[in-house]
Amino acid sequence: MDFEEVLLEVRHLHKDYGNGPVLEDVSFQVHKGEVIVIIGPSGCGKSTLLRCINGLEEIVSGGIWLDGEAVGKDKAKWREVRQKVGMVFQNYDLFPHMTVIDNILLGPVKVQKREKKKAEEEAEKLLERVGLLDKKKAYPRQLSGGQKQRVAIVQALIMKPELMLFDEVTAALDPEMVREVLDVMLELAKGGSTMLIVTHEMQFARAVADRIIFLDEGRIAETGLPEAFFDQPKTERACRFLDTFLF
Amino acid sequence: MDTAFISEYAPLYIEAAGVTLWLGSLGILLALAVGLFCSFIQYFRIPVLRYIASAYIELSRNTPLLVQLFFLYFGLPKLGISLSSEVCAVVGLSFLGGGYMAEAFRSGFQAVEKGQMEAGLSLGLSSGQIMRYIVFPQALSVSVPALCANVVFLLKETSVFSAVALADLMYVAKDLIGLYYKTEEALFMLVAAYLIILLPVSVLAAALERRLRYAGFGN
Amino acid sequence: MQDLGIRVLFMGNNFLRLLLGLWITIKISLAAAGLSLVFGTFLGMVMTLENSVVRAVSRVYLEFIRIMPQLVLLFLVYFGLTKAFGVNLSGQASAVLVFTLWGTAEMGDLVRGALVSIPRHQYETGTALGLGPLQIYWYVIIPQAVQRLLPLAINLTTRMIKTTSLVVLIGVVEVMKAAQQIIEANRYTVPDAALWIYGAIFFLYFFVCWPISLLAARLERAQ
Repeated sequence: MDFEEVLLEVRHLHKDYGNGPVLEDVSFQVHKGEVIVIIGPSGCGKSTLLRCINGLEEIVSGGIWLDGEAVGKDKAKWREVRQKVGMVFQNYDLFPHMTVIDNILLGPVKVQKREKKKAEEEAEKLLERVGLLDKKKAYPRQLSGGQKQRVAIVQALIMKPELMLFDEVTAALDPEMVREVLDVMLELAKGGSTMLIVTHEMQFARAVADRIIFLDEGRIAETGLPEAFFDQPKTERACRFLDTFLF
Repeated sequence: MDTAFISEYAPLYIEAAGVTLWLGSLGILLALAVGLFCSFIQYFRIPVLRYIASAYIELSRNTPLLVQLFFLYFGLPKLGISLSSEVCAVVGLSFLGGGYMAEAFRSGFQAVEKGQMEAGLSLGLSSGQIMRYIVFPQALSVSVPALCANVVFLLKETSVFSAVALADLMYVAKDLIGLYYKTEEALFMLVAAYLIILLPVSVLAAALERRLRYAGFGN
Repeated sequence: MQDLGIRVLFMGNNFLRLLLGLWITIKISLAAAGLSLVFGTFLGMVMTLENSVVRAVSRVYLEFIRIMPQLVLLFLVYFGLTKAFGVNLSGQASAVLVFTLWGTAEMGDLVRGALVSIPRHQYETGTALGLGPLQIYWYVIIPQAVQRLLPLAINLTTRMIKTTSLVVLIGVVEVMKAAQQIIEANRYTVPDAALWIYGAIFFLYFFVCWPISLLAARLERAQ
């Protein structure tokens, strides 16, 4: 596949919390339609990277460009950026006091000021796509973890984001629910969405990714096509990391 | 017991109960407003004001209403600020209650997970919208039991209003005891009046608390 | 005039009189708090029993005491007991009795709450280790319950101290009464004495209750 247009560019990103760097000189590009999977050991800075891109963490130096526009310095701009970047978290942070449909409509109606009726129709279509139309009126606590994550994906999708961030969305799920969430993501990828995924599901990473970024101790240690990375990792660190997933 | 006496003087109690209820509700509403205002100041960590708010909360919660009322009623006139009994009662009750309400709201805000705010941010909501649609509704549902307990507590506290020459239930009871020595009747009506006022409120509060605790959203 | 006003606090033994008055308040609260602790612990344990009669009786007692304003209870005992039974209790004795009745109810509820909050499996684990019922109580349940109870019991003490201010309304000579006497005695020499005296009492109460509240808050956080 060929990707021409650069959607997201991260250049020399540096981040620390005061006790040593969390991210060091991280640079990469995401093209429109591309699916990138970021993998690496716990504490390597994967989640922090996604949170920086969505402005949930302040960066120390370096820069982030979305659609050619620099973001990150100007706080007022974040609200605009966040509408273009959808994020799904590990702990399925739905709003517990709202029904599924209200959760989904909050963004389009209150932020994007879209007409409620139309947004609702669209929400229903998306819910149907993830197989949860019958849960429209349910409250989050009546859903399983996997169902909540699928709703969270719809909640992000309905904003029509140009880029979707997934932060270990299956890590807190019971094993039997992982599949239903990954299937939704796989389908999105096939549909041409631009996605940046942090995950520990190696089989899934291999299947979904156009490119793998291997992050280790805050640096990009290796990057490559999935087949190449999984079959013949170039770095010693990546070899050892992949070994931990074998029995 | 002298039933004729009771039926003769019951209207006095009804009138006094009206005073208690009217001033009590006014004070409680103001206390809610003061408490909410203080808890917002603390939640958003507004510089300077947050220290004033916490000093106020500590002062109001660690001093008795009676002392607050005496200061308002007997002390302040010496500064040229003369307040009527009614105003003293309402101001005192909202001063006392504001601190308790602020604590109740604060514990609600604390119970809302940090991830909720981030989820709101990542949808592009403004901090005002996050407060209005996400944080406040959840905080409120956590705070309701404490808020209800405070309402009952403050209604009970109104019983000291008589100390600033307000013709409330205690005042009437004491008057009848002093004037006619009809102690049993006077006390009987006093207890009955407070039960009639407080029982429904506390039953309602308990029901509300049970509903929130065992049901919550979506059961 | 304001400079003159504040001096009333330190004229003669005025401040000492206020402190002595406050001490009476505190003495009443401490006596009642101590008695409540004993009776409340007992009541709380009784309330966890399965016996429905015991439960109903203690429930009614608890609800009645807790729903009545403390001042009403004071009136009931101070005026009512005298009239109904010819028992003539002093203001102070009535106060200790009332606050003990009230404190026992509050404390009983706290103790009951602490006991039932200990998870069932704690009892089961104890049994599995071969401990007898008394040993389970002594080594497993009581230490945990006490830890939960301590900040709440301390808070109850500050509530008691604040509530004890009411005793002036049944004629006990304590800090508020001392204040009234001082203000009356200085009516002509220091006309704005009331401002300073009542202001001082406000802060006296604060400096008694605040440290106790802080202690309770710290203990609560430590859990």
